[in-house]
Amino acid sequence: MKTFWAFVKKETIHILRDPRTLIILIGMPIAQVVLFGFAITNELNDARIAIFDGSKDPVTIEIADRLTSSGFFQLAVELKDESQLEQAFRHDRVKLAVVFPPEFQDHFFREDSPQIQLIADATDPNTATTLVAYASAIIRQYEQEKKGSATLPYAIQTEVRMRYNQELKSVFLFVPGVITIILMLVSAMMTSIALTREKELGTMEILLVSPLKPAVIVMGKVIPYIALGLANVAIILVLATTVFHMPIRGSLPLLIAESLLFILTSLALGIMISSRVQTQQVALMISLMALMLPTILLSGFIFPIENMPWLLRAISHIVPARWFIVIVKGVMLKGAGMAVIWKETLVLVFMTLVLIGGSVRSFKLRLE
Amino acid sequence: MEQAIWAENLTKKFGSFTAVDAISFTVGQGEIFGFLGANGAGKTTAMRMLSGLSFPTSGKARVAGFDVYKQPELIKRHIGYMSQKFSLYEDLTVQENIRFYGGIYGLSGAEIRSKTEQLLQELDLEWIAKSQVQSLPLGWKQKLAFSVAQVHNPSIVFLDEPTGGVDPITRRQFWEMIYRAADRGVTVFVTTHYMDEAEYCDRISIMVDGRIAAMGSPGELKRDNNVPSINELFVRLARHTSSNM
Repeated sequence: MKTFWAFVKKETIHILRDPRTLIILIGMPIAQVVLFGFAITNELNDARIAIFDGSKDPVTIEIADRLTSSGFFQLAVELKDESQLEQAFRHDRVKLAVVFPPEFQDHFFREDSPQIQLIADATDPNTATTLVAYASAIIRQYEQEKKGSATLPYAIQTEVRMRYNQELKSVFLFVPGVITIILMLVSAMMTSIALTREKELGTMEILLVSPLKPAVIVMGKVIPYIALGLANVAIILVLATTVFHMPIRGSLPLLIAESLLFILTSLALGIMISSRVQTQQVALMISLMALMLPTILLSGFIFPIENMPWLLRAISHIVPARWFIVIVKGVMLKGAGMAVIWKETLVLVFMTLVLIGGSVRSFKLRLE
Repeated sequence: MEQAIWAENLTKKFGSFTAVDAISFTVGQGEIFGFLGANGAGKTTAMRMLSGLSFPTSGKARVAGFDVYKQPELIKRHIGYMSQKFSLYEDLTVQENIRFYGGIYGLSGAEIRSKTEQLLQELDLEWIAKSQVQSLPLGWKQKLAFSVAQVHNPSIVFLDEPTGGVDPITRRQFWEMIYRAADRGVTVFVTTHYMDEAEYCDRISIMVDGRIAAMGSPGELKRDNNVPSINELFVRLARHTSSNM
């Protein structure tokens, strides 16, 4: 046990003596959460719109008012003539134009389905679709308030509620992804590099010729990275809850325990890589290509797994991050307990055991 | 003389390639035994089998009284090892390196403290005890590595080309350290390809293509083979086999 702590202490010194790496490891989660939270956002605020009101009656004025006061839109230009539309899109850079036909109010109350034209700039199709949906929703809501649903007995009314993330905040989506990527990076990449460094420097030989058991060497090397990983989880959670008001609806101890499990899975991956390669550079390349890319692309963090072709969907099953993201989302947003996420947890436990088993066997007790 | 190392028909094969071919020798306690050979002759492989880093394919060997097959863990406690690659941590200080290696050999806190003081004094490194090893010149690092390899008072030290890339004066000082260790009764098993260093050893063996081609004290070998220097003998033995190939 004493020899073990001597080892952990030495490994901690290595990490602390390399402030550049340490700053990256601590700074990166902060930078990512802030970037994803503030800058990279799927939400649209204050989109520039143009309005051509051919009617100028109380109804059109109120609808226009609702649109501009919703927070989603800001009035960039009010058109005097329909022919100015092109000009508005080209020079005033509006994303959406709303056109009210003449005598709108009369048609509206006579119920002969008046038309409002929504014209969107579809150079960015996602933005266009979203803006049209927002505008339609606002208009429909106004219509309902004025007429009540009774006037349309056979119309199917849809009522949409975005559960677990009512305001559709994208940071809610990114935080679980960022936790996953950072843990994979710290646990798998850093440990595989730290272990191969000993091989490269020749110190691994000295360690193996000492009475230390190989398992103790590996454990001693990874313990500081477990601590670093947990510190990262704490940083991300504190940022997410304080700055972005992201809830943790489930149990915090469960979330931390699951994070620890995922750290172990990643560590096992890192150990397996380091047992097969000889240099830090190869370890780094393999970690990036074989771990980071699938973690980012195939975990459901950025691209929905449901939309992938069957082959990629099948591959995604062996990506640990895929299961962990479901767990984090479940616990943080849905308040899920073990009863809900037991399957994902079991998958991770199983993966960890297989990986540890495999790397213990391939970890060369004796350098041949 | 008591035997520190005893090997009989020790063999290591990698697939169909025989790296070490049935070598037999003994090394007495307190002896400086030089293990010579060209690169690829099997020196390092033989040394690894003796230090518990690799299992022999066949043959028998005992190191410090322990069997290489059955008691490799006990062997590890009783030997020190310094490899041809530099083996201290560059980003740890001199003191931290000593403390770490003392720690992994299970020395107590008090033992480590007194050992650290003693080593620093012997090496005259007290004034830079808190400097990181990377700031030290190579010669000092090598001497420190040799001392650190003996932090747990092993009865045998294995040195794998310890003086590679070191200037002649430092090499001389390094050998003085080896003599001092031998005087204390420590067995020194050293591989080298500097033939002048071979002359410093009590006994040497010359390995060629996995076999021991010659063994004895430098004086005996020169007399028996009628050569002026070990270098001459080495070249003759090495050329002999390469002409056979």
